[in-house]
Amino acid sequence: MTATMPVSTEAAVLVGQEAVPGRWRRMPTKAKVGAVLLGFFVLAAIIGPLVTPYDPSYQNPNPALSMAAPSAAHLLGTTQSGQDVLSQLLVGIRLTLELAVIVGVVATALSVIVGVAAAFLGGIWDELLSLFSNVFLVIPSLPLLIILLGYLPQKGQLATIAVLAALGWPWGARVIRAQTLAIRNRDFISAARETGESTWRILAFEIVPNEVSLIAASFVNTVLYAIGASVALAFIGLADLNSWSLGTMLYWAEGQDALQLGAWWWFVPPGLAVALMGTGLVLLNTGIDELGNPRLRDASSASRIAGRWLRPTDPTPVLAEVSQRRTGLAGFVHSFSRSSLLDETEAGDTL
Amino acid sequence: MPFILRRLVFYVIAAWVALTLNFFIPRAMPGNAVEAIMSKFPGTLQPSAYRAIEAMLGIGHAGSIWHQYWRYLVDVSHFDFGVSSSQYPAQVSTLLGETIPWTLTLVGTATVIAFVVGTALGILAGWRHGGALDRTLPGLMFLQAIPYFFFALILLELLALKVHLFPVGEGYAGGLVPGWHWAFIGSAIYHSLLPALTIVLTSIAGWMLQMRNVMITTLGEDYVIAAQAKGLPSHRVIFTYAARNALLPQLQGFGLALGFVVSGALIMEIVFSYPGIGLLLLSAVSSDDFPLMQAIFLVITFAVLLANLIVDVVIVFADPRARVQEATR
Repeated sequence: MTATMPVSTEAAVLVGQEAVPGRWRRMPTKAKVGAVLLGFFVLAAIIGPLVTPYDPSYQNPNPALSMAAPSAAHLLGTTQSGQDVLSQLLVGIRLTLELAVIVGVVATALSVIVGVAAAFLGGIWDELLSLFSNVFLVIPSLPLLIILLGYLPQKGQLATIAVLAALGWPWGARVIRAQTLAIRNRDFISAARETGESTWRILAFEIVPNEVSLIAASFVNTVLYAIGASVALAFIGLADLNSWSLGTMLYWAEGQDALQLGAWWWFVPPGLAVALMGTGLVLLNTGIDELGNPRLRDASSASRIAGRWLRPTDPTPVLAEVSQRRTGLAGFVHSFSRSSLLDETEAGDTL
Repeated sequence: MPFILRRLVFYVIAAWVALTLNFFIPRAMPGNAVEAIMSKFPGTLQPSAYRAIEAMLGIGHAGSIWHQYWRYLVDVSHFDFGVSSSQYPAQVSTLLGETIPWTLTLVGTATVIAFVVGTALGILAGWRHGGALDRTLPGLMFLQAIPYFFFALILLELLALKVHLFPVGEGYAGGLVPGWHWAFIGSAIYHSLLPALTIVLTSIAGWMLQMRNVMITTLGEDYVIAAQAKGLPSHRVIFTYAARNALLPQLQGFGLALGFVVSGALIMEIVFSYPGIGLLLLSAVSSDDFPLMQAIFLVITFAVLLANLIVDVVIVFADPRARVQEATR
């Protein structure tokens, strides 16, 4: 698999945050960059296949178009057999993203079911479900995926989605279980129970809505895993090699020595697309983390007070501490800029 | 139960699940090794050859399924994984024995280096939150999001083919006889540099980000502020107070993420034609060699479980809380 290790460590817990105007502006920069990157690829996936200049499978018999460098007619050049790389890329982004999103939805649904069930049933069921998820968490998934796909006679999109979703849920289940345990005994749950709400209603309308950000984070992680794993599986040939996904593009490019023959335009775009999508997802997830845990925010969310950057979580600055930090030119000018001795005392300093 | 014993029981269960999956998948899935061989020679192989191929691979289905299951467990405990169908008549265990040392040395060393360096950088980035090092994180995240094998190919192209800094693939220079002599060892190390660099560069960001986040949370704890208030030197506050406590979740994360890292490294071996398990796995996949594929799955799983157990032992040594938990139970 690729480097899709789960990055998110702190679960973001956002209870009662409504969408308000200006929310975008207050989002952490990382999340914004991630969202923009992803938006670009989602757009490409939606409109891309409609505007492909050529049929991605069409093999142009013209020998001059075998591994031709990018030109006006073929913006990203052609493959060995004269196929248009840009068209393949646009179709490939759609196929890869489609697969990853479906896997994300199915696997996240599974993790919510397992996680919430474990926390709510409690007792032996909790133990068994936790054991089950933890076991599948430590068993490396890629070799298992390879065996499962290897045995399947048809290695199409559906088969890949099925095996990826079947193995993609334990991480989310673990986090969601922990979160459900934490809110299970809150007052509003007790209140709901007192008023006679059914268990199902409590689960669907009290518990799950309070875990939306966590579920979102686990969805993002699962999509990341699905992209990495599906591309890796296709790269070793475990995919429908007649369809165009980013993984199969890389498979064909590698199989025909694209890079060794200097055809970077064939090889670099699909890999770069995978990397940029992955970066977008990681940034988005870091952003979600930062929303929930303000400490993690970087200096860009800080405000500048008297020449010193203060993050929202920093302790309120003591005036003396702030005004002492005159260094360099400011310190030099400060040494003679005051009109009286009184003015120079820290208390008299205005911020 | 002591902490380590409890963990041991867990890993035994995980190993048993892996073994059982490995046993039942071929019986539940539509395709099988014999059919794969049969389909490769359409027309030439008579249907009557089915039994013969089964016998050749040693996967004949005699007796009840539970009897087979028991036989299978006994065989595996003797490291008997049957015969490879693609490299017949080689024993699967022999093939594994030839490749495991390569992978273990390369992936093991590189992963540990990446973890140590990444954690150290994470400590610094967390301490100087918003500083120069912290700002490199988005760039490192990009490195991390690149598929291992793709990054490997780019490095191979740039550093081995364009600039002849590193050798192009393989585990050692051609013509050398593997053995414990300097020419071979030197060559093997030289050939492993680029694969190792790939693993380190692509996995370092994950460890760094994780450690940084835990560090930042830990630095906000009262005991860290108290340590600072006492006037302890910064390095003491960073390493003895904050980092040591932040290391525990980091180590646990290491165990859990190991499966991902190892899987990525396996695919990367293919790019470098590195004579390890990953390359063997590729040849198994491309020739539908199911006995080999399944044995590789088991070996990788057991290696990851063992590494997790080692991490747990390290945690007991590193973290007094784990020991206290043990004593009070």
